[in-house]
Amino acid sequence: MDIKDFIAPFAVWKRAFEKPFTVKKPIDERPGAPRYRGFHINDAQKCIGCGTCEAICMNKAIDLVPAAGYAAKEGDSGLRPRVDYGRCCWCALCVDVCPSGSLGMSNEYVWIDSDPEVFRYTPGVEAKPWDGSPLGYRRAEGYRLLEEQRVEMPELDYKEAVQTFLELVRGYSRQQAEKEADRCVSCGVCIASCPAHMDIPGYINAVREGDMQNGLRLLYETNPFPEACGRICTHRCEEACAIGTGGDPVAIRWLKRYIADQVELADYGKVLPRAEADSGKKIAVVGAGPGGLSAAYYLALLGHSVTVFEKDSEAGGMLRYGIPEYRLPYPALDKDIGYIESLGVKIERGTAVGSAVALAELRSRFDAVYLSTGLPAAYSLEVPGDKHPRVLDGVAVLAAATRGEPLGLGKRVAVVGGGNVAMDAARTALRNGAAVDILYRRRKEDMPADPDEIREAIAEGASLVEKAIPLEVRDAAGAIAGKQALFVWNEARMVQKEDGKRPVPEAIPGAVHEDPYDSIIAAIGQGPDLSFIGEADRLELRRFKPVVDGFGRIAEAAAGAAAEPGAPASASPSKAAAVFAGGDLVNDRKDAISAIADGHHAAQGIDRWLDRKGS
Amino acid sequence: MKRDRMPYIPPAERATPDLDSGKYLLMWQGPQHPGITGNMSLRLVIEGDTVVDCETHVGYLHRGFEKLMERRSWMQNFPLVCRIAVPEPDFNEYCYAAALEELSGIQIPEKAVWLRTFSLELMRLASYLMWIGGQAGSFGHGTIIQWSATMRDYVLDLFEELTGGRIYHMYIIPGGVRGDVPAGYFKHVLEVMDTVQKNLDDIELVMYHNAVFKLRAEGLGYIPPDWIDRYGITGPNARAAGIKRDLRKDLGYLAYPQLEFQPVVGSKSDAFERARLRLQEMYQCIDLIRQCIDLMPKEGPFRAKTPNPLYWKVPAGETYVAAECTRGEYGFYVVSDGSEKPRRVAVRGPSYTHAVSVMERLVRGVNIADVAGLMVSLHTYPPEIER
Repeated sequence: MDIKDFIAPFAVWKRAFEKPFTVKKPIDERPGAPRYRGFHINDAQKCIGCGTCEAICMNKAIDLVPAAGYAAKEGDSGLRPRVDYGRCCWCALCVDVCPSGSLGMSNEYVWIDSDPEVFRYTPGVEAKPWDGSPLGYRRAEGYRLLEEQRVEMPELDYKEAVQTFLELVRGYSRQQAEKEADRCVSCGVCIASCPAHMDIPGYINAVREGDMQNGLRLLYETNPFPEACGRICTHRCEEACAIGTGGDPVAIRWLKRYIADQVELADYGKVLPRAEADSGKKIAVVGAGPGGLSAAYYLALLGHSVTVFEKDSEAGGMLRYGIPEYRLPYPALDKDIGYIESLGVKIERGTAVGSAVALAELRSRFDAVYLSTGLPAAYSLEVPGDKHPRVLDGVAVLAAATRGEPLGLGKRVAVVGGGNVAMDAARTALRNGAAVDILYRRRKEDMPADPDEIREAIAEGASLVEKAIPLEVRDAAGAIAGKQALFVWNEARMVQKEDGKRPVPEAIPGAVHEDPYDSIIAAIGQGPDLSFIGEADRLELRRFKPVVDGFGRIAEAAAGAAAEPGAPASASPSKAAAVFAGGDLVNDRKDAISAIADGHHAAQGIDRWLDRKGS
Repeated sequence: MKRDRMPYIPPAERATPDLDSGKYLLMWQGPQHPGITGNMSLRLVIEGDTVVDCETHVGYLHRGFEKLMERRSWMQNFPLVCRIAVPEPDFNEYCYAAALEELSGIQIPEKAVWLRTFSLELMRLASYLMWIGGQAGSFGHGTIIQWSATMRDYVLDLFEELTGGRIYHMYIIPGGVRGDVPAGYFKHVLEVMDTVQKNLDDIELVMYHNAVFKLRAEGLGYIPPDWIDRYGITGPNARAAGIKRDLRKDLGYLAYPQLEFQPVVGSKSDAFERARLRLQEMYQCIDLIRQCIDLMPKEGPFRAKTPNPLYWKVPAGETYVAAECTRGEYGFYVVSDGSEKPRRVAVRGPSYTHAVSVMERLVRGVNIADVAGLMVSLHTYPPEIER
């Protein structure tokens, strides 16, 4: 203790003349810092209602609720997060994890109300003063809790790939598959966008857990073509994927393939459900494509005896004859079909309904008939000279390639069209050593083909000619007639004719090109071939499409008269077995997974229909 | 106890006063009492104004965090852990995150290492600023808290600017930190550090060169060096007894090996020595913060990639991660059985020994008026005792 200990404290006097802090800075509205974690804001337009915020919230402060003005649609659950501030701890993990980046927090922290109920509200849907505030907590640049980048799929080098029909996509390793599966947040937004409503989060979780048998079981609940769909599905699920809103979507299709690839066909029977006891019913399926065989699989599971009639020498339909081997190798397809056959499904190969056996005969021999004949008839170019011998049809070229027939395409090939058949035909031609031009009447972004296919076709060396309207095909000058053709096309520009509709191509006067090709492959779409349905079958068709009811059953037309649209299905019941239809023949989506979904749906419809008949 | 007999070593055995004799008074200090830190209480038996016996009572603040954590996913526990020690939450975040990273084999980026070090030192300063007000106030000196609370608020402003929160920062997330510093941030930090440092100079004059404070604190609550290991005393309480033990040096975690500092060590081991030592550590904090700003890499990622937080399975194993907080060794013992949730998380708060067993013994024979000052001089936070 010294003298300083008595004097030093008086230093405090120097502050006696200072204004106190509260006087210098009186209580005033003080905004929170720019990063302040205040009340939530949500860009409800950007939000897709995936519910990842709800899943991460440790306090269960977030509930996904229906929001006025937001209807459920593909890629949007129609729900929006409601925050309960009686539970929220302001940790902002919801903001960090939000896949779309729609959630944020404002820097507002004062909100006084006598009604406790108001502190539970849906940000972005119920207006609040802090909506749209640029300040407040946001996920920092370069900081994500979820992985935005997809695990790259190993592929053959394109230069090498174009030399062979080997499968281009090599498939994930276990480590890659598990890493990719770990990106999924199991929100399930994808399920609604899958025509077959597959349990996508379920089987992805099976990959994460390494439980392939459970994964396979989940796949077969809704899809007996996992090997095929795991390779060539149009994967609309990936367009809906929540992770895709802020990065690459989860590679759902590749994960499906991974599961199917991991289980040997011999082990399928140990994992998958067994067929129910024989029902005594016999069902005929016309067409052994994915739709017909799916119907056959689910009907067989229900205990029915199924016979599939296939006009070609092999089963698989478009999966075999329309999709080249480098996208879907035949052993993979055979695995899917092999399991369906192992359940006792009989496939009558090389038996065309209409010529080898009449539809009426099937209707008398079987209790129900399912038509899944797809769209085998290619549309023609509808230009002068479209019957030229060098104008080939894309589907026929692909089928010939499958059968191993010589294609004789020549050195220079034009492919007309922008769909998947066009891409497959072009890539098949490339693999046959041709130089390929793909001519499409609209722009690249308008092409209906899968973007991957377009990218791969171009990477393999096809050149894309956009905005090319076909005018005429004629013999090339100086060439041997019938060996080469001159393709005449008009350059177009895109014109917005009607608001809200996509622009249409309009020919630029004078910009006409004439190019000689050895072959011109037309791949501009296909239609059905219903020549096997006679008038005596009394099945209602509208614009070459069967009209089906909720069971998938084709309405019966009144004898000798076109049925009124929407006439009751049972207007004139006949004794012949009911006919059901599905797949490309009926639906507008025209892809394998929709046909599979139709087949599953029709199998349930047929089962219920037979049960209803009580016989 | 007469002050001229201080420092003295209280008896190891508890007294057994006959409460019916009329000679003693049974008195509770806490759980609501300005002379207690947080929600705990002391059951005191006093004779005249001298404490004869003391029993520490906890249980008012038990929130079951350790058990709650077994039912939440690894990432969901991240916002939970900071609540364990309210006035100094960041050490919970660090220990938990570091334990997870160790079990999962995640290497955090250099920038995250420095930002963690920086924010932990800032936290230490804020925590000491809260303590110093309490220490002065418990000896009847009301001015210091007015100053130090303001200074602490300036530091909390810095936290708000960096992390978006004033009390619960939730900044140190498994894998790194949640964001880089905002533009112009370090300028604010350095300004605040200058202000705090000037204020500490004033506090030193007014509080530490103060006859009243010296008279009341010197000799009070003497902790003999041989108690340190016996009771598990850590931090400034141990260093004031001459034990050079500082986990920042001993374990060399985060960026501490690259910072220049020496643990502050005392010898007298009484309340005044501990207070003096903490003041020096506050200056040291300011120095370390300035060093961090100088040495921190300007660019670079601040967070390593971690698995999907909804399904993160930490490989089976166990670890103990400790850090030097203001009170001493703060540690997390984490056990994973390889599932999506921890199997066990045990938190080692230094207040457990300081406020329960050490306090119970030290308070014997002390004047009732000095109980509060003695307790604050041990710098204890009941929330970390009970979790």
